[in-house]
Amino acid sequence: MNNICAIFKKQMKDTFKNKTILIQFVMFPVLTILMNSAVKIDGMPERFFVNLFAAMYAAMAPLTSIAAIIAEEKEKNTLRVLRMSNVKPHEYLLGVGSSVWLACMLGSAVICAAGNYGLKASLFFMSVMAAGILASLLIGAAIGTGSRTQMTATSVTVPVMMIVSFLPMLATFNETIAQIAEYVYSQQVSCMLSQADSLHVEGFRLWIIAVNMGIAGILFRAAYKKCGLA
Amino acid sequence: MNPVITVENLSHSFGDHLVLKEITLRIGEGEIFGLLGPSGAGKTTLINILTGQLAQTEGLAELLGKDTRKLTEREHRQIGTMLDNAGLYERLSAYENLSFYADIYHLSRGTVCDLLKRFGLYEARKTPVAKLSKGMTNRLSLARALMNDAKVLFLDEPTSGLDPATMREIHAVLKEQKERGATIFLTTHNMFEAQSLCDKVALLSEGSLLEYASPADICKKYNRLNRIEISFTDGKKVSLENNGQAASLLKEYLEHSQIETIHSTEPTLETVFIELTGKGLD
Repeated sequence: MNNICAIFKKQMKDTFKNKTILIQFVMFPVLTILMNSAVKIDGMPERFFVNLFAAMYAAMAPLTSIAAIIAEEKEKNTLRVLRMSNVKPHEYLLGVGSSVWLACMLGSAVICAAGNYGLKASLFFMSVMAAGILASLLIGAAIGTGSRTQMTATSVTVPVMMIVSFLPMLATFNETIAQIAEYVYSQQVSCMLSQADSLHVEGFRLWIIAVNMGIAGILFRAAYKKCGLA
Repeated sequence: MNPVITVENLSHSFGDHLVLKEITLRIGEGEIFGLLGPSGAGKTTLINILTGQLAQTEGLAELLGKDTRKLTEREHRQIGTMLDNAGLYERLSAYENLSFYADIYHLSRGTVCDLLKRFGLYEARKTPVAKLSKGMTNRLSLARALMNDAKVLFLDEPTSGLDPATMREIHAVLKEQKERGATIFLTTHNMFEAQSLCDKVALLSEGSLLEYASPADICKKYNRLNRIEISFTDGKKVSLENNGQAASLLKEYLEHSQIETIHSTEPTLETVFIELTGKGLD
């Protein structure tokens, strides 16, 4: 537990000094506030930008940031030194993962506040975001672990991130894409967020997110087995 | 002397590529051991095996009497490492880097400040590592390696790219550590460093150990010429076979104050390495 806390603290400090990562945590919450207050179009669904950007945020920020963090630590040998200092792989991943998760939850709280939800709907919104962020973290950790350098991680992260984060938006324009998107967690996050006011959850949506997490977990395991963490 | 590191017939391969071939070493307590070899010789792989990061394909590797594949927290807490690529967090300050490891090793912030002062980094404690000079970064990396008073230090190229003054400072710290009883396993390309610092060295090439003894013994062993080279004040040079006849000649030259320099033809570690492998250490 001591090692997890130390890594969590270190990662928080490092994140605040890493503009590339920091911007990913801040961009969507700021964009949501701006668009939500500035753009009002007749016939536009209520909280359109909140739901859209929240789903994109849950899919994009944790995935890209954790992949970059792990790949950077591998590339710069800091992870190797940590492993030699008796830090276990799970301690490292929990330390880094929890810091990214918390940073994303703070960003989600800002988006949620922009949506002006009631208390119960806010809790519902944050729970859905927590699940979406967790799924993205697993995918990002798999990519980071499987990459030797930041460059490799970025080349894999960008297409994956584009697919999962843009699917909910593209699904609104095209029926075929919408059908495919149904199987992706980010679409389910988007659908559940749009029902936050009614607090209504269809069981199959949770199942799809759980299956997505399971697949991401398997991918992570495979990447860890192949490349390790140092 | 108790062996702190024991390696017997150790081999390791990555797929079909054999990177370490039947290595045998015994490094005692308080000994400075230098592993010399060009890039790709297998030095880092051996460090990885000895620190429990990698399991060897064959043979035995023990650290502090324990199989390196089964190292526990107890042994890990007695290891200090300094890698050639410093392994520090570049955006964090010198103080934040050491504080992070102090948390890992359950040490106080007072220890961090003491270390920073001892390594001449206290004034620069708030500077991000990315903005420190190469010498300061190496000193910080060494401070991190020493912060847990480790019994065994693994130092990968600790003085690579440093100016002579910083190099001397680091050598002084390593000698202090030896006096404290720490065992030091260092890799280096610097022959002067190996000759002046190490109790024993091993020459590694393409995964095989070519020689393993004290630097003086290795140089003596390959001193095939066994000659003395003398240069005179008038610019002349002579080469004498190192025997009784040379002694009487030398006496005569000395009496007439004709000698400017005298050198033995004893080879350096580098020339021994080149003789054994046909290539240099870089």
